[in-house]
Amino acid sequence: MTSVKIVVAGGFGVGKTTFVGSVSEITPLTTEAVMTVASTDVDDLSHVPDKNTTTVAMDFGRITLEKDLVLYMFGTPGQHRFWFMWDDLIQGAIGAVVLVDTRRLADSFPAVDYFEASGLPFVIGINGFHGQFPHRSNDVREALAIPSTVPIIPCDARNRESTKATLVTLVEHAMSMQTAGRY
Amino acid sequence: MAGLGRGGDERGAPTWQGPNRAGPWDEPQPQRQPFPPGQQPPLPAEEESGSTRLVRPYTVTGGRTQPRYKLALEALVSATVYEPRDLSVLAPECQAILQFCLDWRSVAEISAVLRMPLGVARILVADMSADGLVRIHQRDDSEGRPDLNLLERVLSGLRKI
Repeated sequence: MTSVKIVVAGGFGVGKTTFVGSVSEITPLTTEAVMTVASTDVDDLSHVPDKNTTTVAMDFGRITLEKDLVLYMFGTPGQHRFWFMWDDLIQGAIGAVVLVDTRRLADSFPAVDYFEASGLPFVIGINGFHGQFPHRSNDVREALAIPSTVPIIPCDARNRESTKATLVTLVEHAMSMQTAGRY
Repeated sequence: MAGLGRGGDERGAPTWQGPNRAGPWDEPQPQRQPFPPGQQPPLPAEEESGSTRLVRPYTVTGGRTQPRYKLALEALVSATVYEPRDLSVLAPECQAILQFCLDWRSVAEISAVLRMPLGVARILVADMSADGLVRIHQRDDSEGRPDLNLLERVLSGLRKI
């Protein structure tokens, strides 16, 4: 048995859980990580008074690709300040899909920054609300200041085929990054 | 997430002022009391159960917050086929994990479906693995990215679904 994972990131309400749910074989589940009072001795939080418990929720889905190969898709916690969870998420991941709502482009900046800095392969999915794509991919690329090597694809998070195509693009991109890194 | 909102209140955001807030210029307003005398208003009770809820999960781990070894979110867990043994000595949480993992399940699924914080699920699963109760499958190279062979399999799998 082997399991792999893909990270789905983006601002609050951009459609991460919808995206995951459109291809998942299970209704997206939610796992919660709690930084508790019990961990304060280890993780020194003394510099943040009155703030020693935090709950971070992540939605995820599952696709069985082969009898012995399972793909998990994890939505990032909405709040970008929970970096400890992000480090956990990208550990060993294939890559990430950053969902973008062009009406709130800035919401995706932290995710793009984070994946660029960590070297994780990622693609940008422009989630067209109501099937509308008012901005061209090149405009989005310029606004996000990402290199031409990073694929930007219009998608519809509600649509299974569209989500599949986005995931395929990501895996292909991850493969080409590995191949390129080899030479 | 509700705990966050409450925490915010404690840090000086607008707080419930209570019926005693009325100044001397206000008439006494007993009829506005939302709860009959002697009955507990729900808010403090919720806060109390909320704070205990945050601590209680880690009592089953004996207060430990770190697992014996690192488990990925997507690490797969299954109950081992074992000789009959008395499972009633196990903590209810561990019994629930065994029941749930009759088929392969990820650490994240254990946490989500059995409603235990991720950290607790990781500690219990690592302990149970050490005790031979469960088997764990996670990639040896979980620190690094999946290799090209694995990516090929994922790609052809995605194209087929």
